Amino acid sequence: MEYDAVIGLEVHAQIHTHTKMFCACHVMKDTGDIPPNTYVCPVCLALPGALPVVNRRAVEIGMLTGMALHCTINTTNVFARKSYFYPDLPKGYQISQYDLPLASDGYLDIEVDGETRRIRIRRAHLEEDTAKLYHLDDGRVQVDFNRAGAPLLEIVTEPDLHTAEEVRAYATLLRTILVYLGVNTGDMEKGMMRFEANVSVRPRGSTLFGTRVEIKNLNSFRSLTRGVEYEIQRQSALLDSGGVVEQETMGWNESAGYTYPQRSKEHAHDYRYFPEPDIPPLQLDPAWIAAVRAELPELPTERRSRLTTQYGIRAYDAELLAADRALADYFEVAVKMGQELALAPQDVANWMTGELFRLLNEANRPITGCRVTPEHLIALLFLVQKGTISASAAKKVLSEVFVTGEAPNTVVKRLGLAQMSDTDALHALVAQVLDQNPIQLAQYLEGKESVWGWFVGQVMRASQGKANPTQTREILQKSLEQRRSSQS
Amino acid sequence: MDTLYDLTVHAALSRLNAGEISSLDLTQALLARIQAVENNVCAYLRVLEEDALKQARYADQRRAEGDLSPLLGIPIALKDTFSTKGVETTCGSQILRGYIPPFDATVVRRLKDAGAVILGKTNQDEFAMGSSTENSGFFPTHNPWDLTRVPGGSSGGSAAAVAAGEALAALGTDTGGSVRQPASLCGLVGVRPTYGRCSRYGLIAFASSLDQPGPLARTVADAALLLQVIAGHDPRDGTSWPDAVPDYLAALRADVRGLRIGVPKEYFVTGVQPDVEKAVRDALNVLQNMGAELVEVTLPHSEYALPVYYLIAPAEASANLARFDGMRYGLRKEGATIEEMYARTRGAGFGPEVIRRIMLGTYALSAGYYDAYYLKAQQVRTLIKSDFDRAFEQVDVIIGPTSPVTAFRLGERTANPLEMYLADIFTLSQALAGIPALSLPCGCDAQGLPIGLQIAAPALHEVRMFQVAYAYEQATTWHTRRPPL
Ligand SMILES: [Zn+2]
Repeated sequence: MEYDAVIGLEVHAQIHTHTKMFCACHVMKDTGDIPPNTYVCPVCLALPGALPVVNRRAVEIGMLTGMALHCTINTTNVFARKSYFYPDLPKGYQISQYDLPLASDGYLDIEVDGETRRIRIRRAHLEEDTAKLYHLDDGRVQVDFNRAGAPLLEIVTEPDLHTAEEVRAYATLLRTILVYLGVNTGDMEKGMMRFEANVSVRPRGSTLFGTRVEIKNLNSFRSLTRGVEYEIQRQSALLDSGGVVEQETMGWNESAGYTYPQRSKEHAHDYRYFPEPDIPPLQLDPAWIAAVRAELPELPTERRSRLTTQYGIRAYDAELLAADRALADYFEVAVKMGQELALAPQDVANWMTGELFRLLNEANRPITGCRVTPEHLIALLFLVQKGTISASAAKKVLSEVFVTGEAPNTVVKRLGLAQMSDTDALHALVAQVLDQNPIQLAQYLEGKESVWGWFVGQVMRASQGKANPTQTREILQKSLEQRRSSQS
Repeated sequence: MDTLYDLTVHAALSRLNAGEISSLDLTQALLARIQAVENNVCAYLRVLEEDALKQARYADQRRAEGDLSPLLGIPIALKDTFSTKGVETTCGSQILRGYIPPFDATVVRRLKDAGAVILGKTNQDEFAMGSSTENSGFFPTHNPWDLTRVPGGSSGGSAAAVAAGEALAALGTDTGGSVRQPASLCGLVGVRPTYGRCSRYGLIAFASSLDQPGPLARTVADAALLLQVIAGHDPRDGTSWPDAVPDYLAALRADVRGLRIGVPKEYFVTGVQPDVEKAVRDALNVLQNMGAELVEVTLPHSEYALPVYYLIAPAEASANLARFDGMRYGLRKEGATIEEMYARTRGAGFGPEVIRRIMLGTYALSAGYYDAYYLKAQQVRTLIKSDFDRAFEQVDVIIGPTSPVTAFRLGERTANPLEMYLADIFTLSQALAGIPALSLPCGCDAQGLPIGLQIAAPALHEVRMFQVAYAYEQATTWHTRRPPL
């Protein structure tokens, strides 16, 4: 039988505030380098008597994200305790939000195969991260509380997704938005985003919901799409063979590529949510919400369309540039500088998505902090435009500037890459080449046009590549015509 | 010098300031008194003899240098609920045995900054769950007025210490009466401030929406001074009030003319010991004779205070006590699996009353029961609060008994938990409403056991409550009685 899948996605995104959700400890922006249990205090270790205090900046970033996801920002925010015992949860409960989340009823429009689909977002709420467990070979477990209490944003969709491709498109767009907003760096390997998918299948055309299976530990786009795809196939095959899908929680084994049962419905937790009495209901007054809204930047989808309409660059380039806020900012700064010099925005885009991207990728560096500033890029393009250097020399200059951060002019001088645009000197050079190669000259004059290209090459070589190609062509053309007429 | 331990804080301060005694004299006198009576009273879990002497010498040095900190050199006892840096803190529970906190509770910090000498940590019902201090995970405390009787609870150790002359004053915590009821049973002034008036940071939580630190002292002025020192906003406690703390001492005037005193009919019911009712009625007459007006008021939802309290407090406790899992501090009983370790640790570390309340609270929050129990209790709590709001539209303060009975015998109520819960019947509703209330001595029963008068005021109106108490105290001598120890 043919089946349709119904998928809802929960995303846990780290929030990169300076301090944790409920205490003054630093938030680790990176894992690994910091010794275990360095960023800890009585609050995030749950020492007796310690109390949580809400990090207002985390609330603001949560609001900002809610706004970007077209959600309603709820003015009354209630934190709640979610109780369960586990060594990674020092208080024995997680402070989260339940009845009254920060944001609700939003959506994101995704594009799959050229079609736009609206994915509704049920809610986005704040909570705290758990500690990290290290399982030792001898069976012991060690706990690192550096991450414990770091702010998290949980973003939950309605079951509006139907294929692994849609899931991927949604997750990718969400990541782009989170990075745009500066919520986190979007580095999946460092756990900036973690996914849980609720997957069910139903016979094609049915409007009933099938039994839902929750898949946990999907920690990369690859795991997410593979896990969802696997689960759709598994449930379809199970139903085809007359089986019944159990409501359960599954884990995902990335290396072996299959889902496995973690917890069945009978063992489902009763989290015993109740309002957190240590934190009074947080009232977001309209002035605060408005101030946060003013912080909201233009988002990737809107920016992409503006880049094409405002600058007339190709849609593909606009998408590449708009995917990263810093890149798009860089592009617009550069284009503005280039305007007075009559540099075309498309040329700026070409150089960015071509050579500059190549250099950044090779060095595995972001645009932020790149030594090639927009000023440098524009100066370089201007040198090319006025013929001071050739396009190929410009690539060389760019890679130099990328390393040293020198002005392109300085590099051109240092490497002697300026083109020879002196007409007299070029005339002399062309004359010299023609004189030194009488055989080829005769062949050309006899009508062998293919020798033309060879002469151009010879002049370029004689100039050590500095001859301005356009001028060279003009002078060579004239000189050859002169020889032809003097011969006849 | 041998009766220095009997001084009020104010008397001790004036003698210290006059240079008649040193803090070292005072502290030594108290340590000697502890030495003499502690075996019978059992008020302390830990006496910090060396540290107290060191603090006393330091206080004397500061005083010599002109330091005028409000509690400089005054020996004070702390309930073991308060986290104390470098000093074992158990909250009366075996599960925290050996736990040494790396930080001071905010109120402890404030006492230390004010120059107080910390004598030790006092006994209590485990995690403040109890009304007799018999639920201590270590040993029961005895009432200095009659060693066969309980001092009340849960701050029974603090109350007994002050009553026995083992401290000039003490801090306790009040969740449903745990400062006021032992103050009543031990003949002291005990204050429960407005919820949020004092920081709860570092107070080991029993029920977060109810817990408040509060002083136990021999006089109203002493209690007001202690509250002055510990009250105030704390950025570490999101539920603490940002409002400025008024000058409580400056406001003490022995004048109640024109004051309207609410007398709730619900507080004079069967089950109140006749001696207690009489003492309270007499006290009301004293105030009336001084010019106050008595107004009968009604608090119709009072009868629900007990069930509401015993749903909300255990529900919050069930989560608050989840952190005692043997993972990071305190007791750990190893097990083959993590679940077994949790079960063995908590089974061995918690006493029966704590386990009972964790089970009650867990049940009240469980899926399918939440609406009927926890949520309903919260709704009724709102009604209890509006009872007070309405009453305070007519009157300035509300007065009644603190405890329906005087100190009962050790073991008398331990068999039946509900009977023990009834000991707090008059102190629960103020806690649920978040309003301030205090208890002060207003008489004694046929056996000479103290009786307490409870005065409640609207939120943040501690001044009003202190004024009435001070006026009554000035007009009577009950506060001068000392136990025959
Ligand atoms: Zn911390």
